[in-house]
Amino acid sequence: MSKLMTWIDDRFPLTPLWELAWGKYIAPKNFNFWYYFGSLAALVLVMQIGTGIWLTMDYKPDATLAFGSVEYIMRDVQWGWLIRYMHSTGASMFFVVVYLHMFRGLIYGSYRKPRELTWIFGCLIYLALMAEAFFGYLLPWGQMSYWGAQVIVNLFSAIPVIGGDLSTWIRGDYTISDVTLNRFFAFHVAALPLVLIALVAAHLIALHETGSNNPDGVEIKKQPKDPKTGLPLDGIYSHPYYTVKDIVGVVAFLAVFSVIVFFTPDMGGYFLEANNFIPANPLKTPPEIAPVWYFTPYYAMLRAVPSFLQTQVWGVIVMGVSVLIFFVLPWLDRGAVKSIRYRGTLYKSFLAAFIVSFLILGYLGTVPVTVWGQFGDGAPFYGADRATVLSRCLTVVYFSFFLLMPWYTRRDKTKPQPDRVRWK
Amino acid sequence: MGSEAAVNNGKRRFLIGATSVVGGIGVIGAATPFVMSLFPSERAKAAGAPVEIDISKVESGMKINVEWRGKVCWVLNRTPAMLATLPKMDSRVADPKSDVPQQPTYCKNETRSIKPAMWIAVGICTHLGCSPTFRPEMAPADLGPEWLGGFFCPCHQSKFDLAGRVFKGVPAPTNLVIPPHRYASDTKVVIGEDPKPA
Amino acid sequence: MSKLARILLVSLSLGLSLCAGPAFSQGEEGLRLAPAPINRLDEESLQRGARDFVNYCLTCHTAKYMRYNRLEGIGLTPAEITDNLMFATQKIGNTMTVAMTAKDAEQWFPAAPPDLSVEARVRGRDWLYNYLLGFYRDDKSASGWNNLVFPNVSMPNVLWQLSGTNKLVETEYEEHEKAAGAAIAAKGLSMVEAQPGGKYAMLTVAPDVPGTMTRAQYEAFVGDLVNYLDYMAEPVKNERIHLGIIVLLFLGVLYVFAYALKREYWKDLH
Repeated sequence: MSKLMTWIDDRFPLTPLWELAWGKYIAPKNFNFWYYFGSLAALVLVMQIGTGIWLTMDYKPDATLAFGSVEYIMRDVQWGWLIRYMHSTGASMFFVVVYLHMFRGLIYGSYRKPRELTWIFGCLIYLALMAEAFFGYLLPWGQMSYWGAQVIVNLFSAIPVIGGDLSTWIRGDYTISDVTLNRFFAFHVAALPLVLIALVAAHLIALHETGSNNPDGVEIKKQPKDPKTGLPLDGIYSHPYYTVKDIVGVVAFLAVFSVIVFFTPDMGGYFLEANNFIPANPLKTPPEIAPVWYFTPYYAMLRAVPSFLQTQVWGVIVMGVSVLIFFVLPWLDRGAVKSIRYRGTLYKSFLAAFIVSFLILGYLGTVPVTVWGQFGDGAPFYGADRATVLSRCLTVVYFSFFLLMPWYTRRDKTKPQPDRVRWK
Repeated sequence: MGSEAAVNNGKRRFLIGATSVVGGIGVIGAATPFVMSLFPSERAKAAGAPVEIDISKVESGMKINVEWRGKVCWVLNRTPAMLATLPKMDSRVADPKSDVPQQPTYCKNETRSIKPAMWIAVGICTHLGCSPTFRPEMAPADLGPEWLGGFFCPCHQSKFDLAGRVFKGVPAPTNLVIPPHRYASDTKVVIGEDPKPA
Repeated sequence: MSKLARILLVSLSLGLSLCAGPAFSQGEEGLRLAPAPINRLDEESLQRGARDFVNYCLTCHTAKYMRYNRLEGIGLTPAEITDNLMFATQKIGNTMTVAMTAKDAEQWFPAAPPDLSVEARVRGRDWLYNYLLGFYRDDKSASGWNNLVFPNVSMPNVLWQLSGTNKLVETEYEEHEKAAGAAIAAKGLSMVEAQPGGKYAMLTVAPDVPGTMTRAQYEAFVGDLVNYLDYMAEPVKNERIHLGIIVLLFLGVLYVFAYALKREYWKDLH
């Protein structure tokens, strides 16, 4: 075996590549639960590509055949049901993992100097993932696929002057049609996966340049080297330590994943919506259209903003900015420390309010605005939908987390950050 | 690094081995559905289901083509004269006794058929998959004076006799395939199913 | 796992379970559905349901993604399927289509009858069960029928000879709580509807003219049918759940080894 490796290494730098990419990557030794989600996101990406290639073999991107070809995969192709459920569950689990990964970045300040570009590449991955999910959701060509795409593409028509032409250009038709399906298929299976892979590579290359952050925000590269090992005092090689640790994470994740795939692939309508088992019908809108759960916080904000000055563009702007604002996070945070462990009450309160508002907005995005009825007589917002009023308040909370950040992070009473990582 | 306690290498080797073996089983288990999914689907199987054909109109000396699993199948009702050519061909064909299993066992006989006259075969050359031409005439100009009737592949000039046995010295390696088939009645043949045990 | 992680996971799961229920209910507001008394492992019920589906539903509806030979999954032999459930001209690998085209159907009915292959995934079992029990006589509608679960549905009550006919029973209450209480007491399909004048009506269907089956027989008949519809919507369901248990047991074993391996190596660092 070692002879073979020498033979290869003399001709191709296999061992150096492995050591550069993972084996001798020096990571802080105090990674906790939250540090599983990076490798899990990579796992889900690989699973989505694998199952996706297999689905492509039997799927037909044709408006007259698409719905039937999905049922064909579910029934007639041997094991097709498993591959399809893995892909549909994988789509949602990708967002679960990415949201938790982003949350990790938030609480430990992983976006801050010197890791701004790692964070920005991550935000680009998130954007590409949203596009990938959106394009993919049209492919089953059910009612939710069709009307979801209709609504999202029409968002672009809110843009002044060019909006109408722009949405027609995106569709390639005057309505969502076979043409749209075919081009969304091309984006979903070829264009965006390539973009995603390239961005993931950039994300990792940038990460390896700066080294990983950790729950204490300690920069291990600045630490003195251990004379025996030559590593920073709190640094360890990824292999074998994080190899064996990530395997545990992978197995635990696969267990959760399997519970969904095998016992509740619909996830109560959140992963596969009931109305999407009705073939697309351009003449009949389903009574309730809600996007898939991972878009609902933004959808709730979109709905919460009223149109004025005879245009609905404001809601679209709010929704767009609510996603794009993540990009400037590294420059909004003026805190003395990175990690939540050493932050003060002010930051913790704002973060908690942000997470709570994100979750409640996410819930409100799945239900009609009439869910809680209207304010009654004598109430300040008489006649208004309770859910809409709350959505507006939460949208303000969401944005204040970002916009007030330069203020509250500077005023926050932080604890001093240690030189060594806290160890258990 | 922490303590300098002696590393238990035996335990590590065991745990690496155990995790690898169990994980490897998992990988194989996960790969199986992906491999299996490439085999014919239920739709393909339904389309490739056995076909029943009416042979009452196939008169002596006549050949019809039918489709089974997307492949052309021949039903040839050989005349006594045609059958009489077969023994003469034994020395000129590569596998006169049909030893290579290109036919179900119940067709491993001199005529390569269930009923001597009625011959049913997959009409695809065993060389590279072209469909040979039926040339029943004796000694045509292009095939020479020795030709007693048979099949001639236009692609690479392979030759077969009237039982689908391949000539010596042609590109095709084996006799033409005889598909599983059974007689549902005297005039009905089901291609794709073996005879039911009596 | 850190304290923070635990707090977040608990609140996440709480949040999910809170919004899991009502978010995607298919029924009208105020509708109470009786639970469908079905068991996906009951092969006899599934076989009766398949027979009734072929006899009563497949004349107008299709199930164009369902192959007849899939009925082997509910314990029928190929011979039983071809002899009892199919026309002689069809092959066992065919899908459940009917001679009536969608165009014909639109001429005969106001809307084409939907394909039923995945209907149980669209509507849910309970909805289908109550829908088939929810027909009542209504002279104001074009077909002479109406449905408490699906108001003004264009499908007539094709099973009326078996079920007999029902009539709508409407009871008025002054307060919403009383109406809701009466709906719960009705133990079955019911609906509470706001009336003009601030009153509330509790609606149920009640037998009017008896059919060839008793009420209990008809409920069992509909239960079998819904059981079959549910099977047809996802024929692989039982196999999927069975395989899931094996996969989880396997992952449990793998976890034990992987965790032991991790602990062994991380001893170096303590």
